[in-house]
Amino acid sequence: MNKHAAPDLKAAHIKGGVATDQRHDSAHKHVTGTAIYIDDMAEPQGLLHGCLGLAAVTHGSIRSMDLSAVRSAPGVVDVLTAKDVPGENDISPTGRHDEPVLADGVVQFYGQPIYCVIAETREQARRATRFAKVEYDEMPFVVDVADLDPLKDKLVTPPLTLKRGDARTAIRKAPKRIKGRMRLGGQDHFYLEGQIAMAVPGEDHDVLVYCSTQHPSEVQHMVAHALGVPNHAVTVEIRRMGGGFGGKETQGNQFAALAAIAARKHRRAVKIRPDRDDDMTATGKRHDFVIDYEVGFDGDGNIHGVDFMFAARCGFSSDLSGPVTDRALFHCDNTYFWPAVHARSAPLYTNTVSNTAFRGFGGPQGMVGAERVIEEVAFALGKDPLDIRKLNFYGEIGDGKDRNVTPYHQPVEDNIIQRIVAELEESCQYARRKRTIAAFNANSRYVKRGIALTPVKFGISFTATQYNQAGALVHVYTDGSVHLNHGGTEMGQGLYLKVAQVVAEEFQIDLDQVKITATTTGKVPNTSATAASSGSDLNGMAAQNAAQQIKDRLIDFAVDKYQVPRDQVIFLPNRVRVGNQEIGFADLVKQAYLARIQLSAAGFYKTPKIHWNRDKGQGRPFYYFAYGAACSEVSIDTLTGEYVVERTDILHDAGRSLNRAIDLGQVEGGFIQGMGWLTTEELWWDAKGRLRTHAPSTYKIPLASDRPKIFNVRLAEWPEAGEPTIHRSKAVGEPPFPLGISVLHALSDAVASVADHTIFPNLDAPATPERVLMAVERMKTQFAGG
Amino acid sequence: MAKPKVRTELRFLLNGSDVTLQDVAADETLLDYLRLRRSLRGTKEGCAEGDCGACTVLVGKLSGGKLVYESVNACIRFLGSLDGCHVVTVEHLRADAGGLHPVQQAMVDFHGSQCGFCTPGFVMSLYGLWMRDPDPSVAAIEKALQGNLCRCTGYEAIVRAARAVSSYGAAKKDPLAAERKSVTARLAALRDGKRVEIGAGKQRLIVPASVDDFASILKKEPTATVVAGSTDVGLWVTKHMRDISPAVFIGGLDGLRAIAEENGVITIGAGVTYSEAFGLLAKRIPALGPLFDRIGGEQVRNMGTIGGNIANGSPIGDTPPPFIALGARLTLRRGSKRRTIALEDFFVAYGKQDRRPGEFVEAVHVPVPAKSSRFAVHKVTKRRDEDITATLGAFFLTLARDGTVASVRIAYGGMAATPKRASAVEQALLGKPWTEATVDAAIAAYDLDFTPLTDMRATAEYRSLAAKNLLRRFFAETSGTKAPVTVTRQEAA
Repeated sequence: MNKHAAPDLKAAHIKGGVATDQRHDSAHKHVTGTAIYIDDMAEPQGLLHGCLGLAAVTHGSIRSMDLSAVRSAPGVVDVLTAKDVPGENDISPTGRHDEPVLADGVVQFYGQPIYCVIAETREQARRATRFAKVEYDEMPFVVDVADLDPLKDKLVTPPLTLKRGDARTAIRKAPKRIKGRMRLGGQDHFYLEGQIAMAVPGEDHDVLVYCSTQHPSEVQHMVAHALGVPNHAVTVEIRRMGGGFGGKETQGNQFAALAAIAARKHRRAVKIRPDRDDDMTATGKRHDFVIDYEVGFDGDGNIHGVDFMFAARCGFSSDLSGPVTDRALFHCDNTYFWPAVHARSAPLYTNTVSNTAFRGFGGPQGMVGAERVIEEVAFALGKDPLDIRKLNFYGEIGDGKDRNVTPYHQPVEDNIIQRIVAELEESCQYARRKRTIAAFNANSRYVKRGIALTPVKFGISFTATQYNQAGALVHVYTDGSVHLNHGGTEMGQGLYLKVAQVVAEEFQIDLDQVKITATTTGKVPNTSATAASSGSDLNGMAAQNAAQQIKDRLIDFAVDKYQVPRDQVIFLPNRVRVGNQEIGFADLVKQAYLARIQLSAAGFYKTPKIHWNRDKGQGRPFYYFAYGAACSEVSIDTLTGEYVVERTDILHDAGRSLNRAIDLGQVEGGFIQGMGWLTTEELWWDAKGRLRTHAPSTYKIPLASDRPKIFNVRLAEWPEAGEPTIHRSKAVGEPPFPLGISVLHALSDAVASVADHTIFPNLDAPATPERVLMAVERMKTQFAGG
Repeated sequence: MAKPKVRTELRFLLNGSDVTLQDVAADETLLDYLRLRRSLRGTKEGCAEGDCGACTVLVGKLSGGKLVYESVNACIRFLGSLDGCHVVTVEHLRADAGGLHPVQQAMVDFHGSQCGFCTPGFVMSLYGLWMRDPDPSVAAIEKALQGNLCRCTGYEAIVRAARAVSSYGAAKKDPLAAERKSVTARLAALRDGKRVEIGAGKQRLIVPASVDDFASILKKEPTATVVAGSTDVGLWVTKHMRDISPAVFIGGLDGLRAIAEENGVITIGAGVTYSEAFGLLAKRIPALGPLFDRIGGEQVRNMGTIGGNIANGSPIGDTPPPFIALGARLTLRRGSKRRTIALEDFFVAYGKQDRRPGEFVEAVHVPVPAKSSRFAVHKVTKRRDEDITATLGAFFLTLARDGTVASVRIAYGGMAATPKRASAVEQALLGKPWTEATVDAAIAAYDLDFTPLTDMRATAEYRSLAAKNLLRRFFAETSGTKAPVTVTRQEAA
């Protein structure tokens, strides 16, 4: 990438266009250690370092804060507190004014930042925090949402209700009814590169902030807000993150704001890089839920109505909890048609860190609720859950409107789940293996196996309609090389590469002629977060639009100069055919420059068709849906609850993929991350409300040896986006994540075998070995007693 | 003995250059040195506790005159431990013809990186593996990568790359292989038999010249921090910001690094790492092989010592329970005086061991169980690999000819304030026929032996139940059942 081999002017195809497998643009730099992350940048002279001082109580008012010993510690230059924030002491991303940069008087969770040490070295800043003397008047706290009443207790943001039909009556009149509750844990992002920001002061009020963020525009706005300066004074830049997963959508704001405040105050560059423990303690995570459900169904397994309450631990502030809990409801149907549905969210206030975006953004939690209902129905009827799933799928394309309306009244018009599941069911030999497993279990006393095939339907678009816009900036230089910039950020997902492929394709030039450049608010303004799987959809279209503008000007120029009709100007690989002659792309560009043609363009895109009325709970929040399915088989040890994933097969829909190699990586990685969420990744608070799992020694994400022993992952060859997305591809960042639900259900199936599938396992998540063993014990006790 | 000559500078090799340092703090980590002082920023900090592997580098050391490279965590490795070593970072890798090293090229071609932050660490771990095992199995790859976390790829692409490395180039053509001779000579030349002493007051570090020298130093300065593998002490610094001065670095002392069997007893020097002990222990006491494979990650096993695992007195150390079950003994030394005690007597209470001021753990002596006996050790964790014990049980059983229990020793970790024998359970089994009924009857005795705690790793209820069930598992595996008694992760066909 970005090498300068002379383009082949006779090539039949360009190198690196869309729908080709390209390596990550930074792969070479990754493996040699030369990819520069913010902490690797050459440091400005006089750089200072910040370290957050964290509160040591879960809820309380600060009676006194004596920081004199901190100030006099070696190397300390300053200690910032709430009163040092020159603008507004608030970084609430949704404008609810409930999230201070530094707590002012009241502490609302253990580990909330209350001051920030600025010192000559990072180590000096860290060590100085040991000398703070802070006294609190402690107040009662609540940490666990199971202790709360979702209808009465304090919420951080207004709840949502989705309603279609009369669910209460449908459930009451159904031949069978089940009520249940499930606990579903949260998840730490565990991006390998932690949060980091470095602010460099300029002249006037200016500050340049390098921040590991998925949302540079928001960081810009938050920094300006905290500094009390116009947005134009703040520029935010990010070349790459070492992982984001939603954890850098809003969580970088605090570090950026503090670095900028200190940089402005001291006229020196300031870097803040919290250590892993502080990062995991003081930044938000995936929302955990208590899901209450009731379902009415008949003897065949047709579901007549469902009622859900999704109660979420949101933490002390709203952050993104509104849209996250909304998206949980948007996915409480997963791939199923609920004839009557009533679903409510309760975004509850707790004295914990404010939970935030995480890959799937509440959607996976909603889907776990849907799959739990399916599992309950299957158990009640003694049927294979897969049969219940298929029975309740949304109608297929062309089936009419009887069975295709979601709980939010958007029709599902692109449903392909039947074919995805049918193909996967056959390729993974589900039925045969199910029988083999039953035979194995009959003869195995200690080890039991289980299998489950679960589907995924994921809605694509930001539910806040205004975020579904994007900008791009494309320059063509006189040697025919191209500078590409857009509002999307690179966190490893290959967005930069995919958008570059789109631009290369548009100009019909080799990919290495396109230079990918760092995202900066100075080039493309007012951008949306790189989130909601929307990166390629939005930025690819915006970049294509910019390239098209330049291309149109080049065509106009050629038509004029060579006096040919428009349809005789054709962009071929690395060259342009004009009438009967072929001109190298670079040559044509040079000629256009001499003729004073503008060779730079700002592109723009906004997603069509979408709208959403939250008050009514109706609209079309999603442009389209992405689909997939996974089948997982596990073995459990019924003496300890330990398990292994024996095999997983996945068939996933990425539409007409821009880059199958990159998309496959998203599917594999998404599945493993989803599996981790539901198995070994456990957040644990002690009786004092302190999160005690704040480092990899205590918080266990999957290892290479946790991935399925056999792992067959395929992208379906045949789907394409039903809407005119960028080259008919589909978003692929989040949709594979909930494929991990198959592992939870396979574990549940294995547990159920202990009681011959007669007792519902009631397995909560994360299904740690402990939860598996305790579920096995319940099976044994009830089975013996029953 | 006479005090050895003293050198006041640290000497080691870093990639291609010689390094001589007079200004080294006792608690300066290799990672900070690389990133802050040398601007070698390919090596990353992900956790600063030796769990994520983003900081993986190779350290070459002379082991019995032979140059051995091992992957280590630079974040918890102190500079003081590197005297006479060769540090190799990702910046040093290249193919013999220049360009990407085979490991790097395979990672690129198989899409083994996404965000790329963990990638240099993976590359170094795979490089260390490839040096000793150029065409590794999936199981070997998984083992080598237990100490490397990746949050993006789901690992499949990385394992595919690792499987393919051998087709990208021969290990013997590796530039580092070509340099082996000269590096060996250079490292040998650095070993001048001198004690290293640097700094004063709160920043003192000492590298003893020999075990005898160490003994005299510690006798004189009994409050010094003894650092062997630094997989524990490293965290005192990075996590708790404790002062460790004066720090005495003993990891390089040949006199503590011997492991040998004599008269059915394996004596393990306190400085022997898990990796170094693995060969003999897994061969002679096969049940220890799978256990050692689940202690830390590869980097931690390459650094951490068995002596340290015992000396730090942790109730969740993984080697004391099996060694206690086997009746191991411990040699402690102060100056030139030695005493040998039963290992189980070393653990007095939480945070309290039978180690007198100025005394250090010199060796542990582990009897090899007789062929006629049965020995097993089972570790239970939240995540299978690279996780800290929730409960761990070790069982050593000898049956009489009539099938009754002639002797039994059972020890647990994670169940009490120290590694502890299950004495009541043992009593309940002793002399009884080794049957399921006997085991069932003995289970109740666990509640006399143990009152475990609830913490982030497990609840007391789970610890108690799983601990009991480990005895059931032990019974099942000794009773000749053909059905599997637990889940295993074998290499996929």
